Amino acid sequence: MDNIAIIGLAQTRYERRKKDKIFLDLVYETTTAALDDAGLTIDDIDNVVTVSNDFFDGRTISGMAVGDAAGAYDKNISTVEGDGAFGAMYGAMRVLGGAGTTLVVAHCKGSEGDTATITNGMFDPIYQRHLGINAVTSSAIQANAYLHRYGITEQDIAMVSVKNHGNAKNNPFAQLPMDICVDDVMTSKKIADPLKLLDCSPVSDGAAAIIIADEKTAGRAAKPPVWIKGMAHCADEYFLGDRDLTNPRSLRQAAQKAYAMAGITDPFKEIHVAEIYEAFTYMEPLWLEGLGFCEPGQGPSLLKDGVTTMDGRLPVNPSGGVLSAHAVLVAGLARIIEIAEQLRDTAGARQVTGAGMGLAHGINGPCGQSHCVWILSKEK
Amino acid sequence: MPQRVAIVGTGQTDHKSHRPDVNQREMINEAVVRALEDCEMTIRDIDAIIIGNMDHFESINYVDTWSVEGSGGVMKPIMKITTGGTTGASVAIAAYYHVASGLFDKVLAIGWEKNSESDTTAAIVTCSDPVWDRFSYSGAIPSLASEASAYMEQYGATQHDAARVAVRDRKNAMNNPHAHLRKPVTIEDVMASPMLAYPVKLGDVCPRTDGACAVVLAADGIAQKVTPRPAWFVASAVRHTYTWFGDSTDYDQGLVSLKNASREAYQKAGIRNPADELDVAELYLPYTYAGLKYIEALDFCAPGHGPRFVADGHTEIDGKIPVNPSGGVISTNCIGATALLRVAEAAIQIMGKGGKRQVHGANLALATGFGGCFWSDVVLLCGDRP
Amino acid sequence: MPNWVDEVEPMTFKGQIAVPYTWWVGDTGSRFLEAIRDQATFLGTRCPDCDTVYVPPRKNCGRCFTALDQWVEIARRGVVTAFTIVRANHPLQPVKSPFAYALIRLDGASVSILHLITKDLARLSIGVTVEAHFKEASQRTGHILDIDHFQII
Repeated sequence: MDNIAIIGLAQTRYERRKKDKIFLDLVYETTTAALDDAGLTIDDIDNVVTVSNDFFDGRTISGMAVGDAAGAYDKNISTVEGDGAFGAMYGAMRVLGGAGTTLVVAHCKGSEGDTATITNGMFDPIYQRHLGINAVTSSAIQANAYLHRYGITEQDIAMVSVKNHGNAKNNPFAQLPMDICVDDVMTSKKIADPLKLLDCSPVSDGAAAIIIADEKTAGRAAKPPVWIKGMAHCADEYFLGDRDLTNPRSLRQAAQKAYAMAGITDPFKEIHVAEIYEAFTYMEPLWLEGLGFCEPGQGPSLLKDGVTTMDGRLPVNPSGGVLSAHAVLVAGLARIIEIAEQLRDTAGARQVTGAGMGLAHGINGPCGQSHCVWILSKEK
Repeated sequence: MPQRVAIVGTGQTDHKSHRPDVNQREMINEAVVRALEDCEMTIRDIDAIIIGNMDHFESINYVDTWSVEGSGGVMKPIMKITTGGTTGASVAIAAYYHVASGLFDKVLAIGWEKNSESDTTAAIVTCSDPVWDRFSYSGAIPSLASEASAYMEQYGATQHDAARVAVRDRKNAMNNPHAHLRKPVTIEDVMASPMLAYPVKLGDVCPRTDGACAVVLAADGIAQKVTPRPAWFVASAVRHTYTWFGDSTDYDQGLVSLKNASREAYQKAGIRNPADELDVAELYLPYTYAGLKYIEALDFCAPGHGPRFVADGHTEIDGKIPVNPSGGVISTNCIGATALLRVAEAAIQIMGKGGKRQVHGANLALATGFGGCFWSDVVLLCGDRP
Repeated sequence: MPNWVDEVEPMTFKGQIAVPYTWWVGDTGSRFLEAIRDQATFLGTRCPDCDTVYVPPRKNCGRCFTALDQWVEIARRGVVTAFTIVRANHPLQPVKSPFAYALIRLDGASVSILHLITKDLARLSIGVTVEAHFKEASQRTGHILDIDHFQII
């Protein structure tokens, strides 16, 4: 793979309800901020990839609404519907394919729709949808299966909420910085067993943008480029009952491919920081298993042993993660941005000292059916 | 260095108004199986999949992950591209970049729609801004009718001129075993059809179709081994320039997005006289008036000369630049598949697999997508390796 | 002079995507729903290559990509492979909480089907045996909710 890099980035502060801004405003705000960050103007952008979802935006051809705000007038443009990590992957493909500098921008105003109804729409209309299942209740099934299989306790996964909301206190963009303890999580409102309110990510409004460029353009960027060393995606089976929900094998396959591209043989040693898509507490340990940081079932021990805390060997979600801000579609792109900030040494109070190689991760579909893994590096 | 990329196989369903015998995923599977058969591959040969349609036409959220059983995406990379009417061409272009990037060598592009399952207009009106536009200037017909009447006013084109486009495309569809509407029409038939919004009549517009299309792309070095005559990507360009329907009402400029996108593609391909150099064009003409106006934006003829160019037979299958030997959109419109069908049909012409709709000696082919807010995608394919 | 942005009232505009849908079930799925409606029984399809028996039935195997047309009768009984007890309510849920969503591997099937368990939730655990309870014949229309619920045995 040719050397390509992230040379500009921006994200909004995430909030439960941005009353003063429509999603066009958020896209414009992050687009201009990413250009400023890169030291570029919109004339330097050759391609625009927008990321949106017709269900969340409540309109058909949702990409149609944001072209102006993304500076796409008279430019090559496309729209990826799905998580921003996948959108960024298409952006990177365009750069590698010789199409020039590419802006990727994602937005979501979760406050404007009903997330339960919208995510019910990802289930099969004939066999599943009439049962009323949605992202939260399907994930609860996965959580229960995972806990049951490995003897993991609800307290074990509650610790993820404590860690990540605590980390969020260091992140000025986070929606839910909180000082909480395991007991707070355990006594929070029951949603769907074993998930309680504080096991779940919030509904959020926000947007994020990155600019990806080839090596030559990266040399002219205002800030140190963050190099893309590996990226891969993979999808498991669709019907929940067809899958082993406790074995994230599509994540394992994507991770192995991304590691191979980046020349990583021992991820635990070579990766210094990870931002992963934990829409629910149990997802963090489960995805860490899929990413090969530990054996199946051992995910919770990484946190209990202090490995994934800010002062651990592999800090996970220093930003506070998706539990602390979950603008759907934006969240995977935000993970990439957070790792880029770490590698630029500009993460402020959430900075992991000496981070040289980082991992970012996004998901699509029910219960992490499809995963996208990014390996980013300070060094070319 | 980007990899060179070619189309090596295509597959499509036999398009119909209703497909009660299959659900959506099963219909997608038909096109995929046919595309794989066309290039003698199995699903195991495919490295990645790109799929597109419009969410609210079937009410499926996350179509990429929902589709995997039918699309062949189990334990493979898959992503969804959706850009309205242009979706199919945007999927093809994304598939091109999957391979050009060097990340994948053999990819599958899929476009589909099962329009019989919803109220297409009820869904399409929701593309307009909910606060400002949705209550009034919504859906496909009002904006197209405005464009058509402005074109008639500007150049003196007539409803008869437009009807000729329907006559041509519907005649061509007789040669395409996959086409949805396989019944010829006359100018009189079109003129006598019910008026929808002046000057657009029922006979001027595309049908609603259930159908899917799949295309296999492969990298240089593999493509030549898979098929004797791959259809190489020469250039692509996209302009989705307008956000509001009111932004695009300067109709006197022609279809600006198509003009700008095709200029970029022609320049990349070194094409100076498209009507002379192109051997065949598969154009996303959603209604007859587009068959007059959009060929001007493509520089097949001068502005205002579209009606004469068509009337003189230059766009017939044996003309100077055959347009829509497949029968085009006026004969088949499974929306998310429609623009991919244009790309597939252009590739079929280059690969020499067009059967009764084959244009003799086709080597350089143009495919377009139209949709959104007067948006355009352009793809150029060639039998010669670039 | 205060900035106008500080004084403007942020307004909202209500609406919804109101599109009716009529999804074709397809021949394969229709046979499954017919069996539920007319006989209160389950049918699956078997993959000749990997032997997976799918319920609901599929027209092609996602794993092998093989077309399926071997039909298999499936028991009304099976075991719970995963579940959650839902504590919150939402208008799309067909019953009031608490109730359970369960993945149930019916005897004779290789994969699990998603459905509801509404009673005896205290006895619910992974591995328990459950049985389908259908609506009265006159109430059945060929719908996934013709199965009223699964009952723990």
